[in-house]
Amino acid sequence: MQTSNSSPALRAGSQATPDPARPAPQAGPALSSRRPAEDRPSFLVLLLSHPLFLRLASILIVVGGWEYAGRVPISPAFPTFLETMDALFGMLADGTLPLAFWTTLQPLAIGLFASVFVGVAFGVTMGLNRLAEWLGAPLFIIAQSAPLAALIPILTFAYGIGLTSKVMTVCIMAMPVIVLNSLNAVRHTPASLVEMGRCFQGTRWQVVWKIVLPAAAPVIFAGLRLGCAAGFIGVILAELLITPTGIGDIITYNQSVAEYAKMYAAIFSIIVFSVLFIEVLERLEVTLFRPEKRAAR
Amino acid sequence: MNAMSASAIDTEPRAIVEVEGVSKIYPGGTEALNNISLDFPEGQLTTLLGPSGCGKTTLLKIIAGLIPATTGAVRVDGRTVTGPGPERAFVFQDFALMPWATVLRNVAFGLELRGVARSEREAVAEQYIGHVGLKGFEKAYPHELSGGMRQRVGLARALTVNAKVLLMDEPFSAVDEQTRRKFQEDLLELVARERKTFIFVTHSIEEAVYVSDRIVLLSRRPSRVSQIVEPNIPRHADPEDIRRDPVYLDTVEEIWQGLKKYLDEGI
Repeated sequence: MQTSNSSPALRAGSQATPDPARPAPQAGPALSSRRPAEDRPSFLVLLLSHPLFLRLASILIVVGGWEYAGRVPISPAFPTFLETMDALFGMLADGTLPLAFWTTLQPLAIGLFASVFVGVAFGVTMGLNRLAEWLGAPLFIIAQSAPLAALIPILTFAYGIGLTSKVMTVCIMAMPVIVLNSLNAVRHTPASLVEMGRCFQGTRWQVVWKIVLPAAAPVIFAGLRLGCAAGFIGVILAELLITPTGIGDIITYNQSVAEYAKMYAAIFSIIVFSVLFIEVLERLEVTLFRPEKRAAR
Repeated sequence: MNAMSASAIDTEPRAIVEVEGVSKIYPGGTEALNNISLDFPEGQLTTLLGPSGCGKTTLLKIIAGLIPATTGAVRVDGRTVTGPGPERAFVFQDFALMPWATVLRNVAFGLELRGVARSEREAVAEQYIGHVGLKGFEKAYPHELSGGMRQRVGLARALTVNAKVLLMDEPFSAVDEQTRRKFQEDLLELVARERKTFIFVTHSIEEAVYVSDRIVLLSRRPSRVSQIVEPNIPRHADPEDIRRDPVYLDTVEEIWQGLKKYLDEGI
């Protein structure tokens, strides 16, 4: 779900820079002097079918629907979009939200950092070595299919209610998909590319570093995006289930005092943050590892 | 010059690649090759031809050192093959280009693995990119090239490492017919110019007869050498004339008759 969301969104983001420049020079002459009868409809069609326009329209429809549903109202506990935004900026201004993010980001950053590095290392090792795969893969396959949120009470029991158990929650949510994607990515390196490396007498290390890892990068990064999204779920779960801190605290506290606009604002902010984070990750991938994708754009 | 070098080789062609009693049984019991002994004369283009699935590619990969023979040995330049070596370069059926690397880096990759300095290997690569007719595409990525152009990149990469023996595994099979013909003509030019030994695998009889000095016919699996044909075709003639040459047509027919029995058995 996260990948399908993030990739079109990213393209919208990456096109945002050149795009305003493109319709602007067309808009001037087309609408004013030259062949207005012929150009105006084509400009309209151009605008309507423009990816950026359609993406903005999609957001506007959701926001509009939200605003409408809040005004009906479908539930007294459902604020309108504008109320939510008002609460969001209020909390941003008085420092509540930045402080909450700072608290939430600590276990998230530590957990994701550990999951990404340990997870990719584990997955790549298992992809390169059958023995390591047989030893390690069952654990992660179980971990991926099990409802790991059920382990949170055990983690709390073992590590207390502090930072450690929240970091652990992020890790158990994020790591399995990262490990398994890295494993599969490495395992599916095109055989002829590896043969090519051997043919030209590449050492094992060269073949792994120059062929296997770049070939595996797209799938590893798909795993990282999924894993990081799962890590966001993990940190919020931890803050809701272990002890309310950070964003989780804002959500639970405002729910209990019926300040629904603030509660929704907190949820909204963490969703936006998560989406932005995963987009940045995808851009990082394209910049660092996929020069041919960059060239195609 | 072409005729001269050809006659010089014809008189005393040294066997640069010697295959001695090679058999290959894959794990699981599939017997791909059965006691194959073959010599590949230096400076010539020898084709391994046979019905599909007959183990031509297996033999080529054993010569390349990519897979070990079950029994028997391969010697290149007098040394027994235990793995890939600098005197052999491989051209892959599916091109085996790195999609994330430019044409320049792909072509220079063999030298990159050998630790040749960047400026030096890129200079060599640029020269061979020119030789295969891809000048101006140095910065392109493989997905921006046609199948034929991609195989030219694969060929240039094999040429940069300056190996004595070029192993080509059905290099033109993933390329359309028109491009294929042009490729075959270019290959003849390359053989004449580079004075390397080529071992070429194909399932196309016409292609084999058109490009080869020597054709080794392999039988169905488990493969044996069933026949060796040396098409005596004037190489320096016009490509169109070669394709209409009676010797060319007769050789194609002869090989077809030789291979037909395997097809009949197979059906």
